[in-house]
Amino acid sequence: MTLLDAVLFLPAIGFIIGLLLPRDNISLIRNYTIAVSLLVFIVSLGLIGPVLANPGASTLITDTVWIEYPAIRYHVALDGLSLWLVILTTLLTPICVLISWKYIQTRAREFYAFLLLLEFGLIGVFVALDLFLFYVFWEVSLVPMYFLIGIWGHEKRIYAAVKFFLYTLTGSLLMLAGIIWLYNKSGTFDLLLLTDMIQKGRLALTSSESFWLFLAFFFAFAIKVPLFPLHTWLPDAHGEAPTAGSVMLASVMLKMGTYAIVRVCLPLFPEASRQAAPYIITLAIIGIIYGALVAMVQPNMKRLVAYSSVSHLGFVILGIFTFTQTGMDGAVYQMLNHGVSTGALFILVGYLYERRHSLEIADFGGVGTVAPWLSTVFVITTLASVGLPLLNNFIGEFLVLQAAMQVNILYAVFAAVGVILSAVYMLWMVQRTFYGETPAEVKHHVFDMTGREWAAMLPLLVLMVWMGIGTQSFLPSISANNVKTLELVQPPGTAVRAQASAAKPATEVSDAR
Amino acid sequence: MPASYIPTAADLMRLSPDLLLTVGGTLMMVIEPLTGAARKSRMAIIAALLMAAAIVLSLLAYLDPGSSFSGMLTVDGFSTFFRILFYGCGLLTVLASIDYFKRERGEESGEYYALLVFSVVGQSLMASANELVLLFIGLEISSISGYILAGYIRDDKRNNESALKYFLLGSFATAFMLYGVAWIYGLTGSTNLDTVRRAILGGTIDQSQSMLMIATVLIFIGLAFKVAAAPFHIWAPDVYQGAPSPVSGFLSSGPKAAAFAMMLRIACSAFYPMRAQWEPLLWATALATMIVGNFAALRQTNIKRMLAYSSIAHAGYILVAVTAQSETGVAAIMFYLATYALMTVGVFAAVTLVASKGERFVEIDDFAGLSQSHPFLALILAVFLFSLIGIPLTGGFFAKFYVFKAALDANLTWLTILGLLNSAVAAFYYLRVLVVMYMKPVPESAEAIVPPGIAIRFTLLASAAGTLYLGIFPSAVLDFAGKAAQLVR
Repeated sequence: MTLLDAVLFLPAIGFIIGLLLPRDNISLIRNYTIAVSLLVFIVSLGLIGPVLANPGASTLITDTVWIEYPAIRYHVALDGLSLWLVILTTLLTPICVLISWKYIQTRAREFYAFLLLLEFGLIGVFVALDLFLFYVFWEVSLVPMYFLIGIWGHEKRIYAAVKFFLYTLTGSLLMLAGIIWLYNKSGTFDLLLLTDMIQKGRLALTSSESFWLFLAFFFAFAIKVPLFPLHTWLPDAHGEAPTAGSVMLASVMLKMGTYAIVRVCLPLFPEASRQAAPYIITLAIIGIIYGALVAMVQPNMKRLVAYSSVSHLGFVILGIFTFTQTGMDGAVYQMLNHGVSTGALFILVGYLYERRHSLEIADFGGVGTVAPWLSTVFVITTLASVGLPLLNNFIGEFLVLQAAMQVNILYAVFAAVGVILSAVYMLWMVQRTFYGETPAEVKHHVFDMTGREWAAMLPLLVLMVWMGIGTQSFLPSISANNVKTLELVQPPGTAVRAQASAAKPATEVSDAR
Repeated sequence: MPASYIPTAADLMRLSPDLLLTVGGTLMMVIEPLTGAARKSRMAIIAALLMAAAIVLSLLAYLDPGSSFSGMLTVDGFSTFFRILFYGCGLLTVLASIDYFKRERGEESGEYYALLVFSVVGQSLMASANELVLLFIGLEISSISGYILAGYIRDDKRNNESALKYFLLGSFATAFMLYGVAWIYGLTGSTNLDTVRRAILGGTIDQSQSMLMIATVLIFIGLAFKVAAAPFHIWAPDVYQGAPSPVSGFLSSGPKAAAFAMMLRIACSAFYPMRAQWEPLLWATALATMIVGNFAALRQTNIKRMLAYSSIAHAGYILVAVTAQSETGVAAIMFYLATYALMTVGVFAAVTLVASKGERFVEIDDFAGLSQSHPFLALILAVFLFSLIGIPLTGGFFAKFYVFKAALDANLTWLTILGLLNSAVAAFYYLRVLVVMYMKPVPESAEAIVPPGIAIRFTLLASAAGTLYLGIFPSAVLDFAGKAAQLVR
């Protein structure tokens, strides 16, 4: 039993106890959930030390038998890639409790219980190293999110929830077929073992086999990311979910897809990944531009932020499939950045909704005069999101664009258009919402941030600046792990080049600072 | 063959659970008219105790496995697994029915429980017989009790329709089956499965391969009727919709599992040498059954009808594993049937509760807001529904997993992919019930559910706990099924 097991199972235990609390005592339920989620967060901070000591390798390993036959193991561990995603999850859960404090009044017990179950599923996805276990967590995380959207969402919540569930399930069932196929070939579900077998040629997949397997896995992950044209569930799910649901969806759940591509797809099917890269990059760039263009014309703030996610996640995919150290580092860093800044945007949009009970941009205007602090925070977050230097997203997007330039200048040109467009749609929304005339309704209903709301936003604001300036705290551990992944994915013979440029990008960036 | 017609002690021990149930059921029939109305509730208790005792006896019989009565009956892991499954289903159904009869008729009914007992005896014979005629007798005992059970509330129109349809189409199916058995006897001179197998392997009937094929197809059609495989599934929705809810749950668990047990026994012993000829037939039936079941279920508004189509679809998944015709496939089917029996008995128990007197509330919309009015019942029903979808940590997930794993093992790649896509389609109609339960408000016209009695509570809790147990620790059951599957041949 390691610290990691504790971080994983505390939310599950919290979920079960939470279901047993008295139904009507909302304040007890809220206090209980915030206590549990804060405890998980604090315990999870203890994970940082052991991982940073050796970020390139798995630490805090637990590997025991779950089911004898077929050989399914409870194999969890942490490394430089998963560490920060786990911390992001444990940080955002208490924040989600805070932002739901007033908003969730009906059926609060179920709401907070589902939030903890969601945390359990998400952490599980990031730490599982047995493909079967990974699949189990992948599906488990689906159920609470389905309920969060469907019960506490906006008007079209049921449609959105069912669409979300079916999209993800269809993809993951194909992945299940792939997982079973691999097991039948190799006799193991263990990801590290499988990677090793494939690298050493002990598990020989024909190229068409490995192509179809790659597709089966990639399809499941691409739906989750979501990659254009599989993104249509996302605006509905994000737009209709309650604030906490949107935050967890955008900040953590989308990363399940990109994380899984790096963790599963690349090591297991290096050749197929390389062959598919140009097509995937093309789709990613279409997504970047398409997402931005559609975001621009959205009259609804939540849907605008949702489409901006399609655009931002395109950068992550682009970075990964450049197969360069810089690109991968940027992509993984961008996963975290997007988690922080888009999560913050959804929270702020949620604050506006709680005041004005509308998400239509047209219903706002001149919020800056009645709620100056709220506006300030919103503008900072917007600037972070559009990639202003000194704030977090800049680093990620810069690294990705730099890598794209190395591979093909056209990639960089088109992706850069996305950056410009993101400034357009975000700033335009800020202008229409926070400046200009103040309608009477806004004057009467909109007030400035409360202490509880500050408490939820402050950690994210700090992170936006910290991740923009103090890249050294995060990037080296990410790089160390990416070196390993890149070694696996490079064609034989070019491995040396990858190693040579291994540790450099992180330092380059910090020099640039 | 030794000409000893006096059963030995070992023979009797191997038959003991069925003997006990037959004698017990007959006695119940005799005592029933003699007991006063006030004491009739004891009949349910007697039936439950009989089932429980039969479980114990079948375990004791398994201590000394082997064949008895001149090779007519086999007690092996396979038959023991199914015996326990049938007795268990019977037990849960008895417990789920007590409330139902109190509500519908205001009194208990001894005959009903005796019929359940007889039906279970028939199923047990279907799983343990090693002889076509005995298999047929088992099938008839189980079916005829089933026909009466489906129409048990005699003054209810839907019950009558259900029983009549079930009876007419069911006897049609058994006629096919019997005709096939007659062909086999004509071809091989025996109805004993081992002898038939030797005859096929030995090539003594080589010249009549096409006749053998016709005979197997006839038997297969009979069984396909019983498991409600497309295109022989038409009876299922009407029967399940019309029958009393606990009976619908019983029919879709016990008799269906028994028909599959019989199919496996025949396909994997006598006709195993012909597996190459079987495969295309099974392949097509499996696919058609999944598609028909799932797509028809999408359009249902009545929950019992929807569950009937879902049960057809699940038969399709099981047929995928039958198509694999391997030991892992047989083990997967056994695991699947056990899980499915738990889920379906549980779901129908929940439907029994919500339906209220006269089964008036059986539309899916009648479940609106159940999570607010009856949170615990809704939670349990949600466990069953997630298990039917196949979400991890429920038994339904592992059941599907093992089935499709067996299919991929046997290189049935396309069937697996189509099956998996089918289960994505299936998610939609189960989600509809979840949506209604959790995301719709309680309608103003809703009636409060009569507080459930302890027996049906036990059924619900036990099947939910079983579903979750199989979803987290499937090893024990799967190991047993795996060992039992090796003994079939």
